[in-house]
Amino acid sequence: MRYSLTTLLGQALMGNRGWRQAWRRPDPKPDYDVVIVGGGGHGLATAYYLAKEHGLSRVAVLEKGWIGNGNVGRNTTIIRSNYLLPGNTPFYEWSLKLWEGLEQDINYNAMVSQRGVLNLYHSDGQRDAYARRGNAMRMFGVDSDLLDREQVRAMVPYLDFDNARFPIQGGLIQRRGGTVRHDAVAWGYARAADQRGVDIIENCEVTGIDVIDGRAVGVMTTRGPIKAKKIGLAAAGNSSRVAAMAGLRLPIESHVLQAFVSEGVKPLIDNVVTFGAGHFYISQSDKGGLVFGGDIDGYNSYAWRGNLPMVEDVAECGMALMPMLGRLRMLRSWGGLMDMSMDGSPIIDRTPVDGLYLNAGWCYGGFKATPASGWCFAHTIARNEPHAFNAAMRLDRFASGRLIDEKGAGAQPNLH
Amino acid sequence: MRIPCCYCGARGHEEFTYLGDATLARPSTEIGAPADDATAAAWHDYVYVRDNPSGRHRELWQHTGGCRAWLVVTRDTRTHEIHGVEAARDVALAREATHE
Ligand SMILES: Cc1cc2nc3c(=O)[nH]c(=O)nc-3n(C[C@H](O)[C@H](O)[C@H](O)COP(=O)(O)OP(=O)(O)OC[C@H]3O[C@@H](n4cnc5c(N)ncnc54)[C@H](O)[C@@H]3O)c2cc1C
Ligand SMILES: [Zn+2]
Repeated sequence: MRYSLTTLLGQALMGNRGWRQAWRRPDPKPDYDVVIVGGGGHGLATAYYLAKEHGLSRVAVLEKGWIGNGNVGRNTTIIRSNYLLPGNTPFYEWSLKLWEGLEQDINYNAMVSQRGVLNLYHSDGQRDAYARRGNAMRMFGVDSDLLDREQVRAMVPYLDFDNARFPIQGGLIQRRGGTVRHDAVAWGYARAADQRGVDIIENCEVTGIDVIDGRAVGVMTTRGPIKAKKIGLAAAGNSSRVAAMAGLRLPIESHVLQAFVSEGVKPLIDNVVTFGAGHFYISQSDKGGLVFGGDIDGYNSYAWRGNLPMVEDVAECGMALMPMLGRLRMLRSWGGLMDMSMDGSPIIDRTPVDGLYLNAGWCYGGFKATPASGWCFAHTIARNEPHAFNAAMRLDRFASGRLIDEKGAGAQPNLH
Repeated sequence: MRIPCCYCGARGHEEFTYLGDATLARPSTEIGAPADDATAAAWHDYVYVRDNPSGRHRELWQHTGGCRAWLVVTRDTRTHEIHGVEAARDVALAREATHE
């Protein structure tokens, strides 16, 4: 069923009884051309673009839980392409371009909202660094504007501009950045992939990868063995565990990242604001809750929950930026699992095992990458070579020295 | 999460700084050692590659907000439960002794 104003009106007149399930619930077939492990945003987008761009429809997405239970449904929904390094900028800009046309492409309302992402600076040195970043973005044709204090004040007057320790001096804004409803991205890609013949198989955990003579030929799952000509791993925080099934060790640690939502209030914050003197960012959902988060907890974790010191840290940063937050109650908090890579950048590449492809290392910024990640991973799998957009995101870059270290923090995953 | 420091007793983990996997062994850096592929691969693995287990993990923490000692903590990454803490110095000495 195509979603449109006509179907909406038609359904309304018929009491909304005719809506159908958005995607089928097929049993796994014994073999596929491509099997994608992990039904998060990246896995689903990959399957969709495999079908759409490369004409492959004998594709299955195997998800151990249900669609949307992973990080795709846990993130704080921010999209942007304000990166500094050449290996990253064109890729994230391609992602933003795909977001701009996504809803028409997949015929699904993902509530893409280009409300602007404003990064605040609090010192002369930070202003210079932001000017450099903004210029680097412009050289790649990405929009960016450096704002002074009064321009920022006109946009977000309620911030603590004269904070004694962290006075706000201005900000770097990317107006095309914004937010997207995360669950809708998972559901929209699932539905669009399904319509092109992709089997989306939930409650199907991959427990082993069959490798014969250096070539991956299939997977073992909790719903039986499945053969595949090609296998793509897109298991987000579980990448190390899944890759280990094929004997690979990755340059990745799993860490936990928390996020928070306040009680709902009337429209207050109409863009995304990030604090420059600590790790804190905030936006407002369409339901009215303020959505905010900060740094990862900082130690290896597969627990899907964080600890209280980071809650305190995030609350303190929030108060330093927006004192009025102190009058609100925190409604919910939760955690997700991050693949923290050794240079803070992702991997979309072939692996030393033939027929096995890797999409991993997204750290805490992989939601914005969802469309381009799927698009590039599909290209890499279908053509057996990377696209120019992901050519720098190699698995062997750590051996060759071609790291993509945006922060310059070195091989210490919890600092990226 | 509270870490029982060998010297100071149980303290909140925010007093500690995390470094990571404590089982990695630094490759030999003897002067005149060959700069061959095997050495490069050993350094690559040491600097960049991790087992990243789901379950018990031996990891280095420093009690930066306390006695400043380095500790080897055995912690379950699925539950954050701590199963043991040793002084990193003792662990290193024991490792050296078995290699001699
Ligand atoms: C709190 C939080 C806030 C964030 N905020 C942002 C943000 O504002 N902007 C941004 O760009 N990014 C953000 N991120 C990061 C982003 O959410 C992730 O990088 C991205 O979602 C990861 O890709 P994914 O959607 O494919 O992951 P997931 O949805 O986690 O998909 C991976 C899937 O693999 C499945 N899986 C794992 N092992 C197996 C197996 N053995 N067999 C079968 N299936 C398996 C999992 O069940 C899971 O569903 C945030 C993350 C968190 C946790
Ligand atoms: Zn101590």
